[in-house]
Amino acid sequence: MSDRRLELDDYPLAETRPDEVRGARGLSLNDITLDAVMAGNVTMEDLRVTANALQQQAEIAQAAGRASLAANFLRAAELTAVPQDVIMATYELLRPGRAADKQVMLDAAQRLRHEFAAERMAQFVEEAADVYGRRGLFKFRY
Amino acid sequence: MQHDNTQGANRWRRFDDWDKRPLRLDNFAVEDPENGFSAMHGANDPAPAFQRAGRNITSMDGVAEEQFDMIDLFIARYHLDPDIVDEAMALPSVEVARMLIDVNVPRGHLVHLAHGMTPAKLAEVVAHLSSMEIAFAYSKMRARATPGNQAHVTNAKDDPLQLAADAATAVAFGFDEIETTMRVSRNSWSNALACCVGSAVGRKGTLFQCSSEEAEELQIGMAGFTSYAETVSVYGTEGSFIDGDDTPWSKAFLAAAYASRGIKMRCTSGAASELLMGFHEAKSLLYLEARCLCMQRAMGAQGTQNGGIDGAPLAASMPGGVRELMAENLIAVWLDLECASGNDARSSESEIRVGAKILPFLIAGSDLICSGFGSILKYDNSFNPSSFNGEEMEDYLVLQRDFEADGGLTPRAEEALLAIRKRAVEAMSAVMEELGLGHPDEDMKASVAVASGSDDTRSYLPGQVSTISADIAHREITVLDAIRALHQRGFEEEAENLLFLVKLRLSGDYLQTSAIVRDGKVISAINDPNRYDGPATGYRMSEQRRAEIANIRGVLDKREVLRTEATYEAAETGRISYRTMGKAEKGSDAAEIVIGLSPAFGTKLFRTLAGHSLSQVLGEIRTGIEQGGAVARFVRFAHTADTSFLGLSAARLAGSGIGIGLQAKGTAVIHQKDRLPHNNLELFSNAPITSLEHYRGLGRNAALYAFKQDVEPVVVPTRGEALGARFHGRVALIYAIETGLTRDGADPEDLAIELAGAAS
Repeated sequence: MSDRRLELDDYPLAETRPDEVRGARGLSLNDITLDAVMAGNVTMEDLRVTANALQQQAEIAQAAGRASLAANFLRAAELTAVPQDVIMATYELLRPGRAADKQVMLDAAQRLRHEFAAERMAQFVEEAADVYGRRGLFKFRY
Repeated sequence: MQHDNTQGANRWRRFDDWDKRPLRLDNFAVEDPENGFSAMHGANDPAPAFQRAGRNITSMDGVAEEQFDMIDLFIARYHLDPDIVDEAMALPSVEVARMLIDVNVPRGHLVHLAHGMTPAKLAEVVAHLSSMEIAFAYSKMRARATPGNQAHVTNAKDDPLQLAADAATAVAFGFDEIETTMRVSRNSWSNALACCVGSAVGRKGTLFQCSSEEAEELQIGMAGFTSYAETVSVYGTEGSFIDGDDTPWSKAFLAAAYASRGIKMRCTSGAASELLMGFHEAKSLLYLEARCLCMQRAMGAQGTQNGGIDGAPLAASMPGGVRELMAENLIAVWLDLECASGNDARSSESEIRVGAKILPFLIAGSDLICSGFGSILKYDNSFNPSSFNGEEMEDYLVLQRDFEADGGLTPRAEEALLAIRKRAVEAMSAVMEELGLGHPDEDMKASVAVASGSDDTRSYLPGQVSTISADIAHREITVLDAIRALHQRGFEEEAENLLFLVKLRLSGDYLQTSAIVRDGKVISAINDPNRYDGPATGYRMSEQRRAEIANIRGVLDKREVLRTEATYEAAETGRISYRTMGKAEKGSDAAEIVIGLSPAFGTKLFRTLAGHSLSQVLGEIRTGIEQGGAVARFVRFAHTADTSFLGLSAARLAGSGIGIGLQAKGTAVIHQKDRLPHNNLELFSNAPITSLEHYRGLGRNAALYAFKQDVEPVVVPTRGEALGARFHGRVALIYAIETGLTRDGADPEDLAIELAGAAS
């Protein structure tokens, strides 16, 4: 993989660098064939986008002048390491009235930071905790 | 005519007629800005404004930072670009509005400016544009060049066989995305599997989503059945956002979560949702939607579904509401978001209002023209009827052809669609059997393949589907299981197509703005950007695409007309004979009426447009003439095929000075020898509705004119049929056959006509 930042010409990755596009367990696009599926050698893990691919898409989005889309891809790159149940629990916590107080959210942010090295996402949850406090969202809804 | 109580009536009866039109079923509401009923000028809409301290926005649209609600905060932090805001906000709104429709101002520059504009500023700018200007600006500003479309695929029974058949049908028509939802919410897994399998029939790369509860929708995506999501709803006021059970942060988290699983995502907003939810803050639809859109860009969503979604009918009830829907779509693309541009929930019972609503988007193009074209029948649409539905599919296909506008769809032949439906039903049945989810029998399958809607099917019912759905969820069946099942049962192509779709996740290419899959390749705003700078630029259909759109069914051509006439000719042979008797001269019998026949009459053409054989028509006219006490003489003209000149020429040969001109298609005229060509005595111009009785009356009246008696003209009553639309294609082809036989200066010829069963 080159060190230069990707440009618009590098898109789509599946066409410009098919050998580098890989799933979470390292299988490439060419490895994931119908035969491999039938032989039981492909799992859902192999069909998951990697942090690397999302970082590359962030570079392409940035090159297209879409900074906020790029930022979303970078947050997403962090979340690739976060298991589904933690994703769902964190989402639930971010919904209004789910967290009883600010600390619950700050704890969730810390977990993202320390267990999954999801620094951007952690800051985002901390920011939400602060805003929810200001806007009185720590209240019982059901 | 019945004379009822018209004396003393106090109502013009036209209002009774108007009361019966579907339009009157629509709600219309007065403008009431205090109560949220205003398209673009809410009572509490702020004036555009901002203040900043360094890179920090300290006030926005009249609200100081300390007073920011969640939405203000999110927009100020993640949307408003401090490097652009000074320049963008300083520009007069009218000037920016003019830039939006100026082909010399590049899209990129306008997108740059939008990133420095507050919601009030964006709303103020587009409010300066007329509907036409909005449509034009939309065409210039949308992100991807090639237009696309999205279908709803649902049914009233959540029947998986029908979902598979209808998904495959939608794919065949060319929809880039299909969206399902459920009648019974726990049927989501079954619906997802069924549409997933159906969408793999016939073509690869159609994206699919299953609209359900946020958390479950993500899980279904994780199982690989769906490839995108669009129900990430956002709202323009804090109150409605919280009522919708989310915040900008929770939705932004969801946006990142979808991307982290390689699933395409767009947000949903759209006029009047806040009003429907009771938290409008006395602000206009447009201003609140501008807030939604700034928030979506701020979240890093690649696109939006807006233009009034569930709120479209409410928006359309207000003055300027439909223009507002267009304006909010424009703000979306101006902010550089993919736009699935509404034209979704049916906002009127009037077909005219629906047709008018779609036109700007059809001719401007859009990433997804409808964010839910109901590919199924109205009653099967579990979202609600769409603007266009299974019923109106062919209307839409014809609109594409009329305006030479690529609406994303392609007409398909009857046999091809039936074959695709059968294959989809078989594929789904195979998957169900292989996975132990059910054993559809032949009757169930056959009923679904030919069904127009779920009323016609004898297949699964919602309760049975719930068991299947629970099974899929409980056993954690994934798309890989479906792929294996398809392959196991010989559905090789479908297995490959599904595998292709899930492999799209690895590169994340289809997460970029406005991505769809065409011909097995991802195209998006990155590699298919809309670059419009005037005529001959931007998206243009290829010759091949133009031919596809033109190829609707039931199209006439000259060969088809001649083939049809040949079958009539065989039938006429035994009924009539025309014998040429030499050049026709002027007659001397004062009781003589000449019937002048056109060149192709009985030689190439054999039926009128109403379907009467020409022998019958001639028989009736002759009988009428004789009943009036006159004598008929038949003459063939070859110097003209025009009714008026046929009639006048006939009149000049007739001893009475009265003639009848008659074309093979049935158009007829009574003429008198001293009149100007187009100033006839009587004319039957509506051949398709002219009956044999009318022709007999025409003959009788000709006789009465000959004897200078009082005549009550024969009136062929019309009920307002659009006869031009129904017949002019055929008429032009038929008439060309007539004119092709004319010869300048050709002599008229007397004809001896013998009708079977009648004395000549």
